[in-house]
Amino acid sequence: MPLPFETFAKQKIASVQEYSLLAGRAVANVFTGRRYWADIYTQMDSIGFGSVPIILLTGFFTGCVLALQSETALKQFGAVNMTGSLVSLSMVKELGPVLTGLMVSGRNASGIASELGSMKVTEQIDAMRALGTDPIRKLVTPRLVASVFMLFWLTILADAVGVLGGAIVSISMLGLNFTYYLHSSYQTLYFADVAQGLAKPVFSGFIMSTVGCYCGMTTKGGTQGVGRATTHAVVISAIFIIVCDFLVTRLMIGIFGR
Amino acid sequence: MTTTTLAQPAEVPETGSAPIVVFDDVSITFDLKPVLHHISFEVAQGETLIILGPAGCGKSVLMKLANGLIEPDSGTIRVFGQDISHMRETDRFALRKRIGMVFQESALFDSLSVENNVAYRLNEEGVPYDEAHAKVEEVLRFVELSQAIDKNPSELSGGMRRRVSIARAIITAPDLILYDSPTGGLDPITSTTIIELIVKQRDVSHTTSLLITHRLQDAFTLATHRWNPEAGHMEPIPDGKIDDSTRFLVLNDGGIVFHGSTQELVHTTDPWLREYLS
Repeated sequence: MPLPFETFAKQKIASVQEYSLLAGRAVANVFTGRRYWADIYTQMDSIGFGSVPIILLTGFFTGCVLALQSETALKQFGAVNMTGSLVSLSMVKELGPVLTGLMVSGRNASGIASELGSMKVTEQIDAMRALGTDPIRKLVTPRLVASVFMLFWLTILADAVGVLGGAIVSISMLGLNFTYYLHSSYQTLYFADVAQGLAKPVFSGFIMSTVGCYCGMTTKGGTQGVGRATTHAVVISAIFIIVCDFLVTRLMIGIFGR
Repeated sequence: MTTTTLAQPAEVPETGSAPIVVFDDVSITFDLKPVLHHISFEVAQGETLIILGPAGCGKSVLMKLANGLIEPDSGTIRVFGQDISHMRETDRFALRKRIGMVFQESALFDSLSVENNVAYRLNEEGVPYDEAHAKVEEVLRFVELSQAIDKNPSELSGGMRRRVSIARAIITAPDLILYDSPTGGLDPITSTTIIELIVKQRDVSHTTSLLITHRLQDAFTLATHRWNPEAGHMEPIPDGKIDDSTRFLVLNDGGIVFHGSTQELVHTTDPWLREYLS
């Protein structure tokens, strides 16, 4: 009889292997064979446009809060007029990509996992295979493409409304000049900052979609299992996004020096 | 039942008279528990193999193995002469296009209408809409569900869902049909309707099939009845004869306890089998 730890370790290693194979095949499908464009557009609508309201609200109020909080620190150095720089740098490099990734993954990783999980427990995925369709090509790849593509634009949207939120607070509450705010926001950004901010959603989109699909497609145990898969998808993708954010940040700093 | 002429299954020149399905010493274990062990049998072309056995004896697992949906731990499974058990998943998709499968709980795509469920294979193959629609209407007439073409699966009863599932399985005139408990959970009248449909499919298209059932009366109805195309309904085979193409496989505890004809099953001397049949 194997030791309990041995079984546990084997299960975890097998899970990593299965996830890697699924993600690898989903990526390979982008470049080979049939593409389900209709499914890709449907997922873009669901994942992308469906997430616009939460991204607008999250980005806007994050920018507002950032401006308010930074005032306290900047006032000590007499640098309140640098609020625009701080807000735009923070939003574009870090908060925009990460919060967008987390918010969209909270909404969509759970949605993907519950949808595919329900299909799994009602044998719809087996039926799809029995009908000669590759479920990874049909279900996973469209969600992967849609997530990566739409998260990129959602991040830009979050950055923009965040800077706008910061501007409204800076003008109405901190008494800053709008033109100066925008000027300092723009001037403080370098190519490296924008590149770093726009590289992150590519990874977040990949993580969100593949983790959601993996959790959904490995669902076991009926409706309870679907619930577990949904929770796992949100928790795992959120953790992976934050860990990946750190790694990408370090990599980008290594490449661009800032 | 109405009379509808469906497309016949394609000829299988590469296999000739060779068996369509061959299980050779197949074993599979789930979570250290052996589910099937050393299973060997063959299904000839045009044969209907009825698989019987108590709940949890591995019947559905055997069906999924036959379609390559799961892989055995040991042994080989040959379908149309090809070793499906050691085939790459991408190659299995091509082979599965020749196999129709009816799942235990129908497994209809709940986000698609009946028409799109039935036409799924045709849509995947890029068949033009008009052609696919005509085929869907034809096959829904065959299962007597023409009126449900625009409905969603959630609007259908259990029996209707099974019939849609059968329509989806037979629309491309597959060479092999796998029925996984097509009457499971249905009332006796609906079950008889489904069995009548399977008899009709068997006698109209002569498709090789594997069928799991828990209901012995369904199994014996299949063996003792035939489709009457003139009358448009199922009837007992005259003179108490039985259908020669129908054979039985009985499983218990993951092993085969019987494989043979209806007559051999009825006259078995095996005590467990006699008790199971009684």
